Amino acid sequence: MGLTLSWLSIIILIPLAGLFVKSLELSPEQFWAIISSRRTLNALRVSFGLAFAAACVNLVMGSIIVWALVRYRFPGRRIFDAIVDVPFALPTAVAGVALTALFAEKGWLGAPLAALGIKVAFTPVGIFVAMIFIGIPFVVRTVQPVLQDLDPEIEEAAGSLGASRWQTIIRVILPSLAPALLTGLALAFARAVGEYGSVIFIAGNLPNVSEIAPLLIVIRLSEFRYADATAIAVVMLVVSFVIIFAVNRLQRWAQSRIPAR
Amino acid sequence: MTMQIAEPVSLTPPDARARAHAAAARDSLRTEPPAVRVVIIALAVLFLSVFVVLPLVLVFAQAFSKGILAYFAALANPEALSAIKLTLLVAAISVGLNLVFGLVAAWAIAKFEFPGKTFLITLIDLPFSVSPVISGLVFVLLFGAQGYFGGWLRDHDIQILFAVPGIALATTFVTFPFVARALIPLMQEQGTQEEEAAVSLGASGLQTFFRVTLPNIKWGVLYGVLLCNARAMGEFGAVSVVSGHIRGETNTMPLLVEILYNEYQFVAAFAIASLLAMLALITLIAKTVLEHHLDEGQDVNDH
Repeated sequence: MGLTLSWLSIIILIPLAGLFVKSLELSPEQFWAIISSRRTLNALRVSFGLAFAAACVNLVMGSIIVWALVRYRFPGRRIFDAIVDVPFALPTAVAGVALTALFAEKGWLGAPLAALGIKVAFTPVGIFVAMIFIGIPFVVRTVQPVLQDLDPEIEEAAGSLGASRWQTIIRVILPSLAPALLTGLALAFARAVGEYGSVIFIAGNLPNVSEIAPLLIVIRLSEFRYADATAIAVVMLVVSFVIIFAVNRLQRWAQSRIPAR
Repeated sequence: MTMQIAEPVSLTPPDARARAHAAAARDSLRTEPPAVRVVIIALAVLFLSVFVVLPLVLVFAQAFSKGILAYFAALANPEALSAIKLTLLVAAISVGLNLVFGLVAAWAIAKFEFPGKTFLITLIDLPFSVSPVISGLVFVLLFGAQGYFGGWLRDHDIQILFAVPGIALATTFVTFPFVARALIPLMQEQGTQEEEAAVSLGASGLQTFFRVTLPNIKWGVLYGVLLCNARAMGEFGAVSVVSGHIRGETNTMPLLVEILYNEYQFVAAFAIASLLAMLALITLIAKTVLEHHLDEGQDVNDH
């Protein structure tokens, strides 16, 4: 048993350790030079900035979707509930070509938007759209079970004590959902930062403008500049570590706040 | 879920004003005005339709845009066939490996206490939050020509990168969490009582596993395998880094979608894409059915 487990961790640990060892071959100055080069900085800024913006949109829209799915009855509710998982199940390359064709200048949505003077495909807006697409299920699926399990009596108590509906939502429901909302935000953000397949088709991939960090890694690899690729990967990986750690902490915090049923 | 109207307050309110206030409050205790409700539903439906339904519909519309014959001609292309074959092979390998790893990992985490457990769980989750490109990159660093094992592999004439083993490895790495993640909560909830009973009645470890544990978690296993398979067949980023894009040899279906799309062969690209989209839809339907079974299983355990 112990042996299997060690082997298991080796499968994940060795490749990742290899990545860090490789980056240690660089002197701190070299590492810094790669990271602080204009193109790398811009790629990281595009990835992290747009991923955060997309995660925020997902937080708001995800909450609205969860609320509609859990609290209201409407025709097709079950189908829409199942559809939420599509971005998770659909291969990223398929999502990428579909979103691009949809938002391209002659696409179903691209054409009317172009008439309004909005260009989505092959601009940073396209990256933003793709990141919203892949992030939706993460917010919905983390918040949905918590809202479903929320004790109706708390709301009724708040209401019968004279709180307005708005006050109840802000002061009673929102705090109970906060850990789940933050977890969903973090998961959607982490996924969007690392996303490759669904973004590269629609992005346009213009260096410094619409080039995401994962794509820059691929480009550096194809140029055999392994050290550059590794350095960028290490920065992204460290951020991922921090996010997972925060999510695990959040979940423990949430569990300690809500007494076991 | 039914909207529960609060029971009338049993204490008589001191005056009429308070009574009126309480009545008004009760009406709005757990729901919103109809206008707000309609707006929220409309927003949710509109958002999901634009961002999820429309792209899905578009895949099929584009695939059949030149008629059904062009669609099947695109799929019968030798390149497409070899990509489909490779995808099936890679998915079979990585689902098989992850089934074994996932079972062992979930078993150890759910049924035993040991130091470093939280760390192990974090480790299992890691491939979820690591960029697929980075997952591919680590294998290039390990097995590439300049990698740690690159020289040794070249001396022994073993090809991992830009060949099936590399693609299978990267896919396995990326899909690693699915089976374990599906099983850990299930096994934790079931506890160790049944296993302890089996062991105390003289069953060996393996007997206990196959006769007691496995039947209890069979739906969970299926669930994990299903999600693992969907991701394995659809993986793009990691595979793209390690595959080398050798046409007819190391192109999986998602990679072929990219190549055809970039060559403006839209019907062919969307034909392959439609197969993958179909896979996703079937996976979702099967998942809903399995979730139903899982819920039922838990109800039986509860009562």
